[in-house]
Amino acid sequence: MMSQIQSNIPQRQSLQGNQACALGAIAAGCRLFAGYPITPSSEIAERMSKELPRVDGVFVQMEDEIASMAAVLGASMGGVKSMTATSGPGFSLKQEHIGYGIQAEVPCVVINVMRGGPSTGMPTRPAQGDVMQSRWGTHGDHPAIVLTPSSVQEIYTQTITAFNFSEIYRIPVVVLYDEAIGHLVDTVDLPNPESIKINNRKWADGPAEDYEPYAPDADGIPPMPLPGDGYRTHTTGLTHLESGFPTQVPEEVTRVTSRLLNKIELHRDAIEQYELSCCDDADILVVAFGITARASERAVNNARAGGIKAGLLRLVTLWPFPERILQQLVERASHVLVPEMNAGQLILEVERLCPDSTPVSGVNKFDGDPIHPDEILAKIEELADE
Amino acid sequence: MSEMAAPLTPAQKSTDQFEIRDYLRLDLFPHFLCPGCGHGIALRALLWAIHDLDIEKDQLAVVSGIGCSGRLSAYIDANTFHTTHGRPLAFATGLKLARPDLHVIVITGDGDCLAIGGNHLIHAARRNLDITCIMLNNEVYGMTGGQVSPTTSLDRFTTTTPLGNQEPGFDACALATGAGATFVGREVTLQTTALKILMQEGIVHRGFSFVEVISDCTEIYGRKNDLGSSPEMVLSQKRSVLPKFDGSAVDKPFRAGNWDTGVLLRKERPEYYEAYRAHCHRVLGDGKSK
Repeated sequence: MMSQIQSNIPQRQSLQGNQACALGAIAAGCRLFAGYPITPSSEIAERMSKELPRVDGVFVQMEDEIASMAAVLGASMGGVKSMTATSGPGFSLKQEHIGYGIQAEVPCVVINVMRGGPSTGMPTRPAQGDVMQSRWGTHGDHPAIVLTPSSVQEIYTQTITAFNFSEIYRIPVVVLYDEAIGHLVDTVDLPNPESIKINNRKWADGPAEDYEPYAPDADGIPPMPLPGDGYRTHTTGLTHLESGFPTQVPEEVTRVTSRLLNKIELHRDAIEQYELSCCDDADILVVAFGITARASERAVNNARAGGIKAGLLRLVTLWPFPERILQQLVERASHVLVPEMNAGQLILEVERLCPDSTPVSGVNKFDGDPIHPDEILAKIEELADE
Repeated sequence: MSEMAAPLTPAQKSTDQFEIRDYLRLDLFPHFLCPGCGHGIALRALLWAIHDLDIEKDQLAVVSGIGCSGRLSAYIDANTFHTTHGRPLAFATGLKLARPDLHVIVITGDGDCLAIGGNHLIHAARRNLDITCIMLNNEVYGMTGGQVSPTTSLDRFTTTTPLGNQEPGFDACALATGAGATFVGREVTLQTTALKILMQEGIVHRGFSFVEVISDCTEIYGRKNDLGSSPEMVLSQKRSVLPKFDGSAVDKPFRAGNWDTGVLLRKERPEYYEAYRAHCHRVLGDGKSK
C-alpha cells in the first residue's frame, strides 16, 4: 500500500513544510491521524485526510484538541502508528494526554507548529516560544524527546525520525517547528521508500502467563502487548508496577519512575542530533534551532567573511539537550550567542551548561517576525569588538 | 488495518448464572468498592452479558475514565485501558478506528461522561462508531469525596452543595438521544437480569449505544442524604422506574419517580467506520482502500 502512494510521488517535489510533514508521516507508517483545525498547522491535517484513505489508514477530525490526542493514544495502544498536529493553544490542551502517553509509554507523534503567544497570540505569525513547554508542559517529572527541523526537507526526515524514536523508546515525540518553515514552500527530495529506515516497536511475543507489560528489556524499554494477541494487559495513567497495575509503595514508585526517567537518558547518544558549522576554531559560538538557525548560518558565514571566527551549533534534537557537544565547544569559545524567537528560553539551558567564565548573550525577538541574519551578525560583531 | 468485527448475533443463550471468576482478575481482589456500591452489580451484569454473547476476552477492549467507575476496568480479564478523566470515549474512538476487529466497551460515570466528558459523549453519539458506552450514574463524585455532579437530584446534599443542590440535572439518555445515539437504554441495578439483557442489546447494536445504569453510592451520597442502607436505596430506585420497551423518545421529566427504563431508543444509521471505508472505496476505487 505504502509503495503505491510513494511511487506516485516524483522524487523531487515542491512542497510546503506542513505538506512535507504529512508525507513524512505516511512514509514512516502512520496510519491514523486525529486532529483539530488550528492555524498554522491545519495543512497537515488536510494532507493527511487526503493521503490516509489511499493507504488503508484512517483520518478523523475530532471534537477538540484533547480528544484528538486521546484518539491518537487509543490508536497506538491498538497497535497502529498515529499522529496529531497542532499549535500553541492546542498544544496546551494536549499536555495532559502527552503525560498519559509518557506514563503509559504509548508511542505517537505530536507536531507543534509554533505561533506567537501567549494565549491566542498571533495565529499566523512564527515564534519559538514553546521551547520550555515542549520539555515541561505536562505535570510531574518526565522524560521528553523534542525534534526541531529547520527546513522543509528536514521536516520530512525528522517526522520519520520522530516516529522511529517514538516506536523505539515508547514515548510521544514532539516535532517542534515554527510557522515560517511550516508554510515555507521549498524543493524536497523524497527518498525511495525502500531506502527509508523505519523502526517498529518491540512486540511482546513470549508466553502470556509470564508476561509483564512494563518489565523492561536490557535497553530499559518494555516490549508492547498487541490487543488480540492474548496478553490482556491493563494500561493506566496511574503510577504502575511492571505488571501494569497501580502502586503507591514508595520503593516501588521510586523503581518504576526512575526507569521511566532514565530510559531516554540511557539512549541520549542515539537520540541527540545536531549540526556544526565553522565550529573548529570558533571564538563566538551561536546556538540556535529551526528557522533561527538558518538566519544564524547566514550570519556566521558573513561574520567569517569579515574575519570573525564565529561558528554555529544547530540543534536538531532540542530535548534531551545535546549537552556534551555544547560543553566541548565552549571550552574554546569565548562568547556564546543564543538567538531565538522568544524572550529567552533556550538561553537558560545554554547558560546552565556553560562555565561561569563564558558569557552567554541572547538575540531575542517576539514580535511575529523571524530574526534577520543581520540582527544576529550585528550582535556577533559587537561581541567580537569586546 | 484490521477488518471490522463480524456482527454479533443477539444472544442465543441467556444463562441464569455464569462463572464470574472466569472474567475477573482475581489477584486484584479484594476490590476497592465500598460496601453497598451499585457499581459491582453493574460490573457483574456487564460480564454476564459478555459471557452470554460469547465474546472472546482477547477481542474485548474495555476503556474507562477516572472516578469510581474508572477503576472497574482493572478487574476485567480483557484488554483494559484506564484513561484520563472524561476522555474514555475519545480514547475508545481512536482504538476502535485503529482496531475495528475489537469489541470496544466504555465504562464511565455521571461526572466523567456528562461533565468533563460531555463534549466527547455528544460527538461519539453523532459519529455512530460501534462503541458501547456504559454510564454508571450514582449522582455524585464518589472518588473525590462526594461533590455535586451533573445528575445530582434537586435539593440533595453533597460536599459542595451543603445547602442542597439547586442546579437542574442532565437526563443523560435524552442527551445521548438528542446527539444522535442509535441505541439508548436505562436500567437500575436491582433488576440485574434486565440490566444484563439491556447491556447485551447495546453491545450487539451496530453503532454507538448508550446504556445508563442507575447505581447507588450508599456510603457517601446515601449517608449524606439519609437515603438509608443500600437495599433501601436500590428498592426506592426500583419503585421509581417506569419500564418502557423500545420506545422512540424520552418524554418524561427526569428524576423524582420518573425513570424510564428499558430500551428507550433503537434506530439504524450507518456505522461510522464501515461508512468511512465504504465511502473511501467508492470515491477512490479498487486497490486504494478496502
